[in-house]
Amino acid sequence: MPFIQFLHKVKNDLEEGGRHFEPTIGGDENEPTKPCPKCEKQVADSQLWANHNTCNFCGHHFRMNARQRIKFITDADSFNELWGDMVSTDILGFPGYEKKLENAHTASDENDAVVCGTATVDGEKCALFVMEPNFMMGSMGTVVGEKITRLFEYATEHKLSVVGYTVSGGARMQEGILSLMQMAKTSGAVKRHSDAGLFYLTVLTDPTTGGVMASFAMEGDIILAEPGATAGFAGARVIEQTTRKKLPHGFQKSEFILEHGFADAISPRQTQKETVSYLLKMHKGGNSNE
Amino acid sequence: MNKLAYNKVKAARANNRPTGLDYINSIFEDFFELHGDRRYKDDMAIVGGVARLEGRPVTVIAIEKGHSSKERMLRNFGAPHPEGYRKALRLMKQAEKFNRPVICFIDTSGAYCGIGAEERGQGQAIAENLMEMMTLKTPIISILIGEGGSGGALALGVADRVWMLENSIYSVISPEGCASILWKDAAKADEAASSLKLTAEDVHELGVVERVIPETGLGTPAFYTRIQNLLVKQLAVFDTRTIEDIVSRRYNRFRKIGAPKEEETV
Repeated sequence: MPFIQFLHKVKNDLEEGGRHFEPTIGGDENEPTKPCPKCEKQVADSQLWANHNTCNFCGHHFRMNARQRIKFITDADSFNELWGDMVSTDILGFPGYEKKLENAHTASDENDAVVCGTATVDGEKCALFVMEPNFMMGSMGTVVGEKITRLFEYATEHKLSVVGYTVSGGARMQEGILSLMQMAKTSGAVKRHSDAGLFYLTVLTDPTTGGVMASFAMEGDIILAEPGATAGFAGARVIEQTTRKKLPHGFQKSEFILEHGFADAISPRQTQKETVSYLLKMHKGGNSNE
Repeated sequence: MNKLAYNKVKAARANNRPTGLDYINSIFEDFFELHGDRRYKDDMAIVGGVARLEGRPVTVIAIEKGHSSKERMLRNFGAPHPEGYRKALRLMKQAEKFNRPVICFIDTSGAYCGIGAEERGQGQAIAENLMEMMTLKTPIISILIGEGGSGGALALGVADRVWMLENSIYSVISPEGCASILWKDAAKADEAASSLKLTAEDVHELGVVERVIPETGLGTPAFYTRIQNLLVKQLAVFDTRTIEDIVSRRYNRFRKIGAPKEEETV
């Protein structure tokens, strides 16, 4: 049951005040390790967790699934999930989609590519959505669009700020034009929430692209990005093929997004919870006269 | 069956199809073009300005592909940069200020994929249009006249009525792109085209557009008169509604698309 222990560990580290706890390096020779995708060094699990899923050698931010992120960012036992049972169906009869949904469910243990709910962050109540990279790379179909729309409508009704973690390959092709329309639908709900004077904080995580980038990922009042995350509209490979130009170093990385004025700040995990809670406190109640 | 959808794709892309400016010049009078996004530059892939529809002032915006190869280069083959979408939004805000309805003509393979477009926030530009169009306090009608390529098309498509020409397409991704991602084979584009349900007929059946306009006499004066009449009639309907009603119906128009069934309520 090493995987269960793995989950259990983060809970203790993050929720029992151990977020700055440093384990002894190399204390256990049999400890499982993971290769860092950036520096390729083997990172011990205990190290990974002590450093909020970042590499202790090069600082690379590993991808996190939605539940890990929720544990990481919210206060213990404060998360209350909404619409968790909503499942996608093969509306268009798209070849292979049913099988893909099944595999995605197995790979992620989620019903679709976003988890929504309410929670507190350092005591600040908010509505929260976190996208799931292990479910078809966070692609947006009708369920993702519907859940995010409902979350913004819920937040508008209850005068809550929204914190949203994006990770997505874009709109989900297997639901065709209906996926595309989710961009408009979610944007409409974000706009109503915004017009109600409420606060929306986006955190771009690796990767945020396509239809999600061109809708609610770019609609936050404040947009944070995790270090080294890819965020852009068109895929780098497509751009290279279209323009036949070599892409500049660091193209579409968070640092590039910041430099070009499309993010407010880069937010490393070490200080991310403090940043999110600070920004929530700064916008408490929004401008909604409550 | 497969070929049918892909034939529509080819028809939608055909070089001899009327382009955005043809519609503007044939349906409206006294078109006066307004250039630039007031931020960075004027994107030639999107044309916009003021015109009269049977005497009534309107704002018209069209994605223009161009006809000759020189023109097509100039228009970047109808693939807008962020500046194009920002120009469109500027003109829509202007229309809102002066109570003019907005008519959009959509024809693009997609928003341009390039380094400069990314540097200047292609995603942000599209996102802003989606948000702002949703609450724009003036009626909007969008017509797909050729290709409706993904977010780059939707950025002019958040409207009170969306219509498609019989041989136009509206899709989340190009069939070639879809085939190469899913099956690593762009040659399977015909299969992808049929699976994506991108023809006007399919999109209409899915409830995403209100009307399919037959292409009888495509490009003839009678054809344009038909569209003109449809626009005039539709605007007359909007005239009987308050702007709050129009905007709220616009929200609900998109709100209901793809609302899936829940297995149980939490």
